[in-house]
This record gives sequence, structure tokens and C-alpha cells, in this order.
Amino acid sequence: MAERILSLIIVGILQGGVYGLLAMGLSLQYGVCRVLNITHGEFVMLGAVLTYMLHIGFDVNPLLAPVIIGPLLFGLGFLLQATLFRTLKAWAPSPAAFEGNALLAAFGVLYIIEHFARITWGGKLMPSYYLNDVVSFLGMQFVKNQFVTFAIALALGVAVYLFLSRSRMGRAIRATAEDAGTAGLMGVNTNMTLASSFGLGALLAGIGGTLVSTKIAVSTGMGFPNTVIALIVVVLGGLGSIPGSFVAGILIGIVSLLVAGLWEPILTVPVYYAMLMVLLLVRPTGILGKK
Amino acid sequence: MDITRFISTHRKLLLVGFLVLILIFITTFPLYTQASHVRLLTTLLIYVVLAVSWALFSGTTGYMSLAPAAFFGLGIYTMALLQKELPFFLIIAIGGLAAFIFALLIGLVTLRLRGIYFTIFTFGLVIFMTEIIQYLETRLWGQHGQHIDPIDNETIFYAMFVLVVVTVLAIYLIRRSRYGLALLSIGGNEEAAEHMGINTTRTKVLIFAISSFFMGATGVIAAPSLVYVNANIAFSTYYSFMPIFMAIFGGMGQIHGPIIGAVIFGYLEKTLRAQLFSYFMLGFGIIMVAVILFLPNGMMGLVPMLQSKLGGVISKIRKGGQAEQHANT
Repeated sequence: MAERILSLIIVGILQGGVYGLLAMGLSLQYGVCRVLNITHGEFVMLGAVLTYMLHIGFDVNPLLAPVIIGPLLFGLGFLLQATLFRTLKAWAPSPAAFEGNALLAAFGVLYIIEHFARITWGGKLMPSYYLNDVVSFLGMQFVKNQFVTFAIALALGVAVYLFLSRSRMGRAIRATAEDAGTAGLMGVNTNMTLASSFGLGALLAGIGGTLVSTKIAVSTGMGFPNTVIALIVVVLGGLGSIPGSFVAGILIGIVSLLVAGLWEPILTVPVYYAMLMVLLLVRPTGILGKK
Repeated sequence: MDITRFISTHRKLLLVGFLVLILIFITTFPLYTQASHVRLLTTLLIYVVLAVSWALFSGTTGYMSLAPAAFFGLGIYTMALLQKELPFFLIIAIGGLAAFIFALLIGLVTLRLRGIYFTIFTFGLVIFMTEIIQYLETRLWGQHGQHIDPIDNETIFYAMFVLVVVTVLAIYLIRRSRYGLALLSIGGNEEAAEHMGINTTRTKVLIFAISSFFMGATGVIAAPSLVYVNANIAFSTYYSFMPIFMAIFGGMGQIHGPIIGAVIFGYLEKTLRAQLFSYFMLGFGIIMVAVILFLPNGMMGLVPMLQSKLGGVISKIRKGGQAEQHANT
């Protein structure tokens, strides 16, 4: 029993890395652009489905697929911010009104992407497993891709963190998030910065989709549940906090595996909700959130 | 007699007359049409309640609830579970009450905080409800889905009609009351509203719960025409999207905006959805984005715009008429 719990926890941590990656992009988009991007899961879906297409159709290694998919999704996210959300921001009477309008516009975009994908690719399951052979580790059985996806997610998480905290562009992004007007006066091209951060969020979602596609059969309807998980992880970790997203992702990963493995697979989302409720009552800023 | 002047002086009278005509038309509707038209009108009325009650809370305060489907589905399941035990009209009240209490709990946890937490919380609520119901059905009741005995079209139609009248009247009165003003000031600037002595949390929670009451009651009335429901049918994101879309399309500033949106798109939905579901949803998504971008006040926002453009023409005509009268005397 102890060994079973230990193995569930390890798999949960590995699984949580991907959740952290999904949440990170969302957190970045909300933290910088003030857009609660509920289309995030649809970008995950696009990443996953395109990986499947490249893998099955053109025999591209799924782990190399982001080289092609990444720029595509970055461009899509970039365009969304540079056209739709930028216009909404310019026309909104107040920041609060902008957040509400942007949310509703994102809700519309969600349906556009989802049903566009459904028309193009249908609703069938698309299995494109990769590296799914079993290995023994410390006397327990694991699937290889769990380690690989975790390593990639962690590496990307660290890279994005370093990019935001150390690089010149990262400093511009943080300055814009803090106060776009003043950042503009300091010579930051804020429109470019906002669009780039939104694109970066979409890119991270796309890579998340690629990682998911190595583990489970994907479909065009997978966006919505992924958005829900990403949103819950973001709130748990603290809105706008990148390390917080990662910690909360791992926490959610462990909880989901323990609930599914020891108790009841259908009840994972209600358990997330219970956690969310406790958190909002006790510490609304999230695990690593400021203020 | 100048028609434009008659309209502007007797506006209230005309409005009441128009409303009475509509009410008479709807009450007598089943007498001279086929059953399919009655069902169509029932669906339109369902969307009217959902859109109007969504706009009551989210349209005025700016706190975007993305979960009308959760409360609607709660009503459907209340009906499925209680249909054998209680009379239909009692279940409508119970379904509304269940949604009211559920919304109260959600509001108490999330509405103390910034709007973003509320939105995130409501977004996944549909999955939350689906999983809870699936768990109860498979593990405790040992069955999958529920059958609901059909009730004749006219009973459902009149029940729905009464609910629409009650809802629209209640929401009209709420909007005119102190609470309506409080909601608007919360939407404008919540901090300022608080400083003016409005108990913002209590107002938000109460109005959110009231709007959910109507959604739950609608779910009960909508349930019999589904005949069979399971968790995925009852709690479908579709019923979250449509009312929001309709309210935005019609315009959330006044009460008739969502009603017009619901009637137009309820009709389109009934006629187009079956064959081309995905194209239909794709088109709705595009229209939604376009409306938010170009018509922030929805179709109702067009009226003052047109008035200001046509106003010049009308007053010119009127002046012309006056000049003619002057010349005659």
C-alpha cells in the first residue's frame, strides 16, 4: 500500500509538471495583458491535434513538432492580442470594463476555434502515443514519456522564469505588466510587448498540447477540460505568479492521481473545487501570490 | 394629426398597448397553431428567461458568470428526481430554490473577492456538476441517466409563459429599485459604491442567487420535453454559451435587449442547429466577437445611433409641415 501511494505521488508529480506548464501560459497572459484567456485550452487542443497530424501524417517526431507548431501558435496568439484585445482595450471606458469585455470576446473566440477544429478534423479520438513503453525505476513501473514530458515542462518553466527575470525583453514585459503607461514613456514598445507575451502564452499552451498528446489520445473537444484545470491551477498558485503556477500544478497532479487511484476517478474535478473553495476562504491570493 | 408628435406624447400608452397585444397574442397562441409552433415558442421563452436573468447580474455588475448551464441543469435534475413524488408546479419552485441555495453558497465564497475569481470559479462549474451527478448515479443509485415522463405541450407552454412574465416583471422591478441602482454603481466603480454605504457583497450575492432562481425554475419546465437526461445532457456548456451570447447580442443595458436577442437567436437555433451544428456555433462565435467589438451596447445600442442620424431627417420633415401650416393660415 505504501509503495502504491508512493508511486501514485511520483506519477502525480510528473503529471503535475505539464499542468504547471499549461497554467504558466495562462498566468502570463492574465498577469501582463489582463486578459483571462479562457481559450487557453483550445490552444492546447490545437497543439495536440497538430502534433498528431504531423506525427501520423508526416512521421515527424512529436518532440520536434513544437518547432513547427510553436511559431504558428505564437503567431495566432500575437495576432489575437495585436488586433482584438488591443482594440478592446483602446475602446474600453475603464480597466474593469476591459477585463469583462476581453473575457466575453475570449469566450467567443473559444467557440470559433473549437468548432473550426471540429469542422476541419471531426470529433474522433486521435491516438498518437510516443515513448509509451514501461520502465522499472526503484522497483516501480513507470511509462517513459512521463519522465520526458516532466523534464521538458520543467526546463521550459525554468527558461521562462529566467527569461522574465533576467533578459531585457523580460524586464520590458514585467514593466508593462506593472504600469503600461509609464513603461511606454520609458521607451518600451508596449503594444509589441503585450502581443509577444500573449503569443508566448499561446506557444506554451501549444507545447503543453504536444506533451499531452504523447500520453493520451487527443480530440478536438479536449480544450474545455484543459482550460478548467489550467484556471484552477492558476488560482491555486496565485494569479500572475509563474513559480506559483508550477507548484500548484504539481500539487494538483498529486491530488488528481491520489483521488483517481485510491478513491474515485470521476470525482477529480469536485476535489479540485473543494481545494479551490478552501483556498479562496483562507488565502485568496494563492499559494505563492503577493499581497 | 402629426404621427411623430402623437408617438412622442403618448409613448407610455402605446408601450402598454403594445405589451398587452403581445401578451394576448402569446396567451391565445396554442389555440390556432400546430403543436410544433407551440414547442418552438416554449423554447424561445426558455431562452428569454435564461438571457434576461443572466443579464440581471452579469450585465449590470460586470461580474461575468459563465455558468447559466449549471443552474439550468440543476433544475432539470430536480425535475427528474422529484417528478413521481410531487406536483409539477411545486417542483418548479423547488428547482428554483435549489439553484438559489447553490448560487448563495458559491456567491458567499467567491463574490467577496475580485470578479476574476468568481468568473474562474463559475467556468468549470458545469464539469463539477457533471462529475458529482455521474458519481451519484453510477455509485449510489446504480443507474445511468434518468427518464422523465412527458407532460403535454400546453401545460409546459403556459407554465413557461407565467414564469417569463414573473421573471421579467421581477427583474424590471429589481432594476428600478434601490438594488438596481446599487448593482449599476457596483458595475461602475465598486469601491465608490462601498463608500456610499452599499453593502456590496450582500447585494451581489443576493442578486446572483435571485438570477439563478429563475434559471433553476426554467430548467424544471424545460426538463419534460427532453424525455431522457444524463449528466452530460443536463449540464452542457451549450446552455451557458447561448444565454450569454443572446444577452450580449441584444444589449444588456435595458431589459428588452436580452429578450430580443433570445427571440432572434432562439428561432435561428431551432431552425438551423440540427443540420449544421458546428457551422452554427462557429458563426455565433464570430458574431459574438464582432458585437463586442463594434456594438458594445448590442442591437439596442443601434437604436439611439439610428435616432441621432434619422432625428435630423424627421425634424426637417416636421419643420416643413409646420411651415406649410403657417403658410395656410
